[in-house]
Amino acid sequence: MSQAELVVRSALPALDPENPVDLFVAKGRVLGLHPAGAYPAPEGAKVHDAQGLVLLPGLTDVHAHLREPGQEWKETIATGLAAAAKGGFVNVFCMANTDPVNDKASVTQFMLDKALATHPRGPRLFPVGALTVGLDGKELAPLEELKAAGCRAFSNDGRPVADSELFRRAMEYASDLGVPVIDHCEDPFLAPHAGINEGAVSARLGLRGAPTAGEAIQVARDCLLAQYLGVPVHLAHISCRQSVEIIRRAKAQGAPVTAETCPHYLALTEEACEGYDTAAKVNPPLRTKDDQLALLAALEDGTIDALATDHAPHAAHEKETPFDEAPNGISGFETALSVTWELAQRGDLSTRALVSAWCVRPAEIFGLPLNRFQEGDPADFLLFDPKARWKVTPQALVSKGKNTPLTGRELTGVVRACFVAGKNVL
Amino acid sequence: MSWPHKDLLDVTQLAKADALAILNAAASFQEINSRPVKKVPILKGKSVVLFFAEASTRTKTSFDVAGKRLSADTFALQKAGSSLSKGESLKDTVLTLQAMAPDAIVMRHNASGAAAFIAQRLDCAVINAGDGWHAHPTQALLDAFTLTRRWGSLEGRTVLILGDIAHSRVARSNIHLLRLLGANVRLCGPRTLLPHAVGALGVPVFSNLDEAVRGVDAVMCLRLQLERQQAGLLPDLREYSRRFGMNQARLAKAARNAVVLHPGPINRGLEIASDLADAPESLILDQVASGVAVRMALLHLYITRKEPKE
Ligand SMILES: [Zn+2]
Repeated sequence: MSQAELVVRSALPALDPENPVDLFVAKGRVLGLHPAGAYPAPEGAKVHDAQGLVLLPGLTDVHAHLREPGQEWKETIATGLAAAAKGGFVNVFCMANTDPVNDKASVTQFMLDKALATHPRGPRLFPVGALTVGLDGKELAPLEELKAAGCRAFSNDGRPVADSELFRRAMEYASDLGVPVIDHCEDPFLAPHAGINEGAVSARLGLRGAPTAGEAIQVARDCLLAQYLGVPVHLAHISCRQSVEIIRRAKAQGAPVTAETCPHYLALTEEACEGYDTAAKVNPPLRTKDDQLALLAALEDGTIDALATDHAPHAAHEKETPFDEAPNGISGFETALSVTWELAQRGDLSTRALVSAWCVRPAEIFGLPLNRFQEGDPADFLLFDPKARWKVTPQALVSKGKNTPLTGRELTGVVRACFVAGKNVL
Repeated sequence: MSWPHKDLLDVTQLAKADALAILNAAASFQEINSRPVKKVPILKGKSVVLFFAEASTRTKTSFDVAGKRLSADTFALQKAGSSLSKGESLKDTVLTLQAMAPDAIVMRHNASGAAAFIAQRLDCAVINAGDGWHAHPTQALLDAFTLTRRWGSLEGRTVLILGDIAHSRVARSNIHLLRLLGANVRLCGPRTLLPHAVGALGVPVFSNLDEAVRGVDAVMCLRLQLERQQAGLLPDLREYSRRFGMNQARLAKAARNAVVLHPGPINRGLEIASDLADAPESLILDQVASGVAVRMALLHLYITRKEPKE
């Protein structure tokens, strides 16, 4: 056995905070997790005092928008990964709706080069390749080429494939390559990118809303195809009860579907759009309290497997317009863990479900190495101060995207250290 | 008089006393409009920008006449031919307007919430002349004024709002204001032209016009955008007029002396039968006259509010 190079002292395991532990790390991997003080730190080992801090496996975000290439004024891979690290993410999947679209190896390679140049030690970047050329939903992108270049999933996120035949073929072709497909579920006719739920608030404000059925119809299609073909599909940013119920039924019948939701759907409702607040404009839109309760229950029972941020940074001037004209999206990396941690503190979500949804299931679904704190696991972990309070302000965020409806809110919990393969990247 | 509001963005900002104060002021301005010389100097030296980012002849003309009768200087800024058509952002337009230092801006815009957006960024009074599907407070006030002139008070009266409720800022503002002033409101229109969460508007909804009209004191017809048919919200327009067109036979089922209103411009024979539009029960031209008086009252209240107190 190799000698520990790093010892993290007296951390509180998220699932067993009564019993502080020491974490021993060597060569980027976990050597062992022991009761605090059980073993001395070997000579020469770096000791990191984690008194009062919670120890969590590193978070994996399977759904983010980093905007580079093409929209660097919103975010760059450098600023995006810095924000991700600050949020506790060790793995980040970036969507293909860049400019140019990530539908060829050169774009994938450019992204990976940028990540390596700016964040050589992590967080790790996993480009998501476009499912169709130009995200146009007309012909399949060169999926094998994209896989070879380093894409770890395929998705038409942002411009979902309406053509069910084409989507079926995409699922089949991707499954041959062993690469998962992520679908943004939205019937583009029924849920026209409205950015606000069709409901009481949209009726009052005089805005065209997106009905929950527009999402659920596409969720149903994907579940039916997954079951019929025996091919997995991962459903992105699920926002409503109807979708949850369809996924639950499909899973019970053995359909190979997995799903994610985002912190903002758990913490906010359509009321956040009152006053035409464009910071709360997101696609799918913020829904109702009832949808929130369904999503929380679904995370708890595993119907929804994972959490993801759908980090979607925009420049201030782009959101400073009338609601209809503003782009959809919330900047999410840096508030994600605090928001969900608070839900767990309030008892709306168990810590077990939180750890599973942020750390375990995303890695399992996308075949990434997973840290269960057993010998040989990657030393991907974070130290989280569960008592620290911070205020969400544009200055407090390192992402270029300051667009969050949580601006001005006090949140609980700060990531003090984010270790990727044994190195603190914060 | 002291006036607590900087802007008129939506009737929901107004207390009942505010609304009644506006109607009272309008009554005195209505009198000016019947004089041989229809001009008073009370806003002399004041400037009013008419910023119409969406086409409108009637409302713009009404505000223009109202401003001129109060001796204000009015300036029109329209979308066509202005920098607006070159993709300038609304924020930049607002900053340009600010630099012109107007006393009031009257704004029409196709985006819901646009009036609130500019009001937050401007020091002068902003009067919303219609924003998207959201609000049209001056239309609601002129409708209430028209009905008040007819009835004395709206207390206990029942008004049916008929037609395309979903896409109507006129309906949204009227539902609120009429109820604020003591009237009962009903809605009627095809399901495709009602907001999905119509219950959130808090008034009874009918799908059958013959039932909806029973016993009402006024029917407020809304203008139908003819594109709604192409958008798949309606079958042919003939069917619409058969189901939801207002006519004499239907008005006969309403209360005695019931009246009809329409914010104009009318699609004759579609929302309202041509003969009914011209009948004594029609208040359509009264609405136009009321519009000038109400807008005079509003310009006066919102502009003079900023006068330094002696
Ligand atoms: Zn998406």
